[in-house]
Amino acid sequence: MVRHHEPGPRAPRPFPYDRVDVIVVGAGPAGIAAAVAVAEQGRRVLVLDEGLDVGGQIWRHRDRSHVPQIARRWFARLDESSAIVSCGVSVVDLRHDDGAVAVVAERAGEGHVLRASRLIIATGARERFVPFPGWTLPGVYGIGGAQALLKQGTSFAGRRVIIAGSGPLILPAAASLAAAGARLALVAEQAPPPAVRRFALGLWRRPALIAQAARYRLAFAGTPYRTGQWVTRADGDDRLRSVTITDGRRTRTIACDVLCTGYGLVPNTELARLAGCETANGAVVTDGRQQTTVPGIFAAGEPLGIAGVDAALAEGEIAGRYAAGAVSVPAAVVAQRDRARAAALALEAAFALRPDVRALAEPDTIVCRCEDVPLSALDPAWSAREAKLYTRAGMGPCQGRICGAALEHRFGWPRDTVRPPILPVSLSTVLHAPSAASASLTPSAP
Amino acid sequence: MPDAGATVSIVADGRRVRVPAGTTVASALLDLGVTAFRRSVSGTPRAPLCGMGVCFECRVSIDGQAHRRACLVPVADGMTIVTGDAP
Repeated sequence: MVRHHEPGPRAPRPFPYDRVDVIVVGAGPAGIAAAVAVAEQGRRVLVLDEGLDVGGQIWRHRDRSHVPQIARRWFARLDESSAIVSCGVSVVDLRHDDGAVAVVAERAGEGHVLRASRLIIATGARERFVPFPGWTLPGVYGIGGAQALLKQGTSFAGRRVIIAGSGPLILPAAASLAAAGARLALVAEQAPPPAVRRFALGLWRRPALIAQAARYRLAFAGTPYRTGQWVTRADGDDRLRSVTITDGRRTRTIACDVLCTGYGLVPNTELARLAGCETANGAVVTDGRQQTTVPGIFAAGEPLGIAGVDAALAEGEIAGRYAAGAVSVPAAVVAQRDRARAAALALEAAFALRPDVRALAEPDTIVCRCEDVPLSALDPAWSAREAKLYTRAGMGPCQGRICGAALEHRFGWPRDTVRPPILPVSLSTVLHAPSAASASLTPSAP
Repeated sequence: MPDAGATVSIVADGRRVRVPAGTTVASALLDLGVTAFRRSVSGTPRAPLCGMGVCFECRVSIDGQAHRRACLVPVADGMTIVTGDAP
């Protein structure tokens, strides 16, 4: 692997090449598997990622000795491959034409145009947040957000922490925060006890997962773990001071420094939608070869719907092989993908959001954090587009990534269309890079 | 990978401090006790939410470049950081 990491804002060097066979966006499990597969087919592949290092969110690390063995194996395969990996890079725009793709990438405020014949979208997922009174206070983190900050080196030692949300991320987050010396006051899952029990029983075919869950629970054994309870509000001044929790009948307020909250994951589909790839139910549509509805553009992992690391690895490998021109993939890899996708459906059913959680925001609760738009400013009869036009909700720097999913839940508004650049970029990138990308696809006159 | 225990020198809101190498600006600021990374359009304090570059709540000025996502930038020796809450 050629590592080309230029994270700092100073003196970015130009990319060593601007033309490869395949560009992979995202260096999580799906992107790594895709890049390795492309390289093994003898094709030139460039992997771009916004993070500090490869691994995505699930394999985020500062020290490789701290990641699971399977992650170390994939990191080693990537290292040994001919793939070029460039971290600290955001893909903000793209152009495509039959057999040619040009992406606009920004690194440390500088725009670059990178070209390839094929594109693999492995952009992962983000957390789903539900607005509630007090959710903008410093000290309120996503569950995955706190995990990410912990892995970046943030100290949570001695902090009084409440975890309240939904989904399988809760257990590993609680375990790692407890191991880091946080004082966990409560771990709460909004899903009702029978749903969580049914889900746990359904795991009998996957004993490794049961053992893993038991290990996590043991790691925060001194803290109550409650199902059927959820956070209704957070209070504080310049930062979080307390959290109110309910089971629908009784509520109580608990003093704390940190609240970790979040309600499962949302596929990152912005780049795919910008490329014109079809989506269904918020997820990118692909065929059996992982090709999207746009020829030459493939997708793998969470953008196709939340299914976890096993699906991501299999889909990455399949996408990589076909993008590199292979005519088949091993049947075992296809079987792994199909198994993991089927298991994901059970997860979604178990952690369905209760209506109470959708309705937590009060009239003066800010729903769009970028533009400080309160719930009362929005008319349920509008669309996401109208909300943008009338209130600027969804028009701030996050471009609706946080409030879009929340409003989809509250009002049933489908997500608005995406427009380039899909992330805020410097003026010089806006002015020069997109036209350069378009020009690069036009055969120049002799 | 930086050595365990290695540090770099940064200037955060005018304060020169040593922070662990290999950490992000977001992580360094949180450990320095910074609560408000920025003020929202109506003036309320904001700090990291997602930790992965999605929410833009942690944006600060780094070496003169405004609106950089603190959770995506590793600390570097000599780096100057200004939060939206700087005096």
